[in-house]
Amino acid sequence: MSWFEKLMPSRIRTEGGNKKSIPEGLWSKCDGCGAVLYRAELERSMEVCPKCSHHHRIGARRRLDIFLDPAGREEIGASLEPQDILKFRDSKKYRDRIVQAQKDTGEKDALIAMRGTLKGMPITAVAFEFKFMGGSMGSVVGERFVRAANISLEQRIPLVCFSASGGARMQEALFSLMQMSKTSAVLARLSKAGVPYISVLTDPTMGGVSASFAMLGDLNVGEPKALIGFAGPRVIEQTVRETLPEGFQRSEFLVEHGAIDIIVDRREMRDRLGSVLAILSHKSVQ
Amino acid sequence: MRFLDFEQPIAELEAKIEELRHVGVDAELNISEEIGRLESKSINLTEQIFSKLNSWQISQLARHPLRPYTLDYIDQIFTDFEELHGDRAFADDAAIVGGVARLDGLPVMVIGQQKGRDTKEKVKRNFGMPRPEGYRKALRLMQMAERFKLPIFTFIDTPGAYPGIDAEERGQSEAIARNLFVMSDLKTPIICTVIGEGGSGGALAIGVGDRILMLQYSTYSVISPEGCASILWKSADKAPDAAEALGLTSKRLKELGLIDRIIQEPRGGAHRNLESMALSIKGALIEELAKLQSMKLDALLKARYQRLMSHGKFLDRK
Repeated sequence: MSWFEKLMPSRIRTEGGNKKSIPEGLWSKCDGCGAVLYRAELERSMEVCPKCSHHHRIGARRRLDIFLDPAGREEIGASLEPQDILKFRDSKKYRDRIVQAQKDTGEKDALIAMRGTLKGMPITAVAFEFKFMGGSMGSVVGERFVRAANISLEQRIPLVCFSASGGARMQEALFSLMQMSKTSAVLARLSKAGVPYISVLTDPTMGGVSASFAMLGDLNVGEPKALIGFAGPRVIEQTVRETLPEGFQRSEFLVEHGAIDIIVDRREMRDRLGSVLAILSHKSVQ
Repeated sequence: MRFLDFEQPIAELEAKIEELRHVGVDAELNISEEIGRLESKSINLTEQIFSKLNSWQISQLARHPLRPYTLDYIDQIFTDFEELHGDRAFADDAAIVGGVARLDGLPVMVIGQQKGRDTKEKVKRNFGMPRPEGYRKALRLMQMAERFKLPIFTFIDTPGAYPGIDAEERGQSEAIARNLFVMSDLKTPIICTVIGEGGSGGALAIGVGDRILMLQYSTYSVISPEGCASILWKSADKAPDAAEALGLTSKRLKELGLIDRIIQEPRGGAHRNLESMALSIKGALIEELAKLQSMKLDALLKARYQRLMSHGKFLDRK
């Protein structure tokens, strides 16, 4: 490839197969359209492909970073760490899986919670780190969610949650299941107090996370084409022995079936959620 | 009587007893003594085997084909049961049954998952796997119970919420989530009893309450042993290992503080003696309800909330 072609990424369409030939760091291949994109450009567009608008998965810190105002952020529940109470062991020990995930992600667990502001409005926001054991929900995830919600409750400031999770964390067995009722219960209080809660469902939001706080928003918001559902597509396919319909369990499908309110492009997330939250809080937007 | 693999020694003994009984009819020999001896041997053997069941064996008992289901217990425990149908929006889901009834004369609401006994009924009941309309029917009945000040009894017995296309289309996730949300603050006592399989979110969706009871050989788990094994061990054959790791038995969950009470089962399991099992459940329900009714509503709801918030084990390195 000539230097000239490299400068014109918009014209380049890789026909597949040579994924590995792309040098890491400088270039990135879009998972949606296969276009080779200039890494810095992709970063500027919040990991959304400028060509096809494919929303690439992003980490929890990045998510909160592009959503909250830069100043005045404060992390909630950072001192919490997972514990292998059951001495769970499958092909690997849970304890080892925790250590590995912590090393890989630099996070203690799969949910990051913060207090900050959105367009000047104080809010709490939580986001999932999908790379931490598939964003699975264990005790720390539940507790951080509840702590953020409690701050929202005390200070009467909105709560925004960005989900990206495979569901409950099996290694915490029934404790993980109980995080569903724990998080749902605190949302019942928030709702009663009239504090807005917006749930943003990003790719993927499944299982116990989908079947608890992710579906309980005053607004349920989807990112484009995010996979959202209770049972995984493979499980459903095995159960019903049918091919799944086109676009099944994607955001667009969920809007059509009335499960989520709107689909919002990541690049407009701050503006649109800011606007809605200002309306719900009887404020004017900055 | 049907026997599970680990009950084979009992099955052989029972077969022998049966054989002797047949012989006894036409032979002049007095073999009743021998039968009596074998029967007590069978009882001892059953007690011996059941005293050291592992988690996998208990998982099999929890879904034993003869295990009593919700309607079997309703019939034995309650009077004046009137089954109520439908979610008022889409359909009536036969995998969840519910209605008003009386417990010892007291007006109550009863809700539970229902499995089918024969093939036709199994299909009708969708193997006890509810769809969203089932959970929404349960929600409707629970809110009705709140309005009319009826305590709620739920009976949990499901492999899980139905993983089907239609269920997803109608919002399986939301239906489950909504129940958790509402039950956490429902202004009436709720007592939940796991009678067979407590399968994940599909079980929890009628499992938030003031008291969580489990029958001795029932199970309650975030995922089935088979499902867990195929994901974490990459082989469903490892289900026995997964069952052990998941700690899904009543004994283990009581130790972990996740349930309140274990109701002992008759010798050989609930299916060996429905009447006696039902009587034990009834006794436990009456006792637990009396305790809850002695509490003021505010205190009851506060305790329920605190219990929900207390769930989870983690380290805090402050």
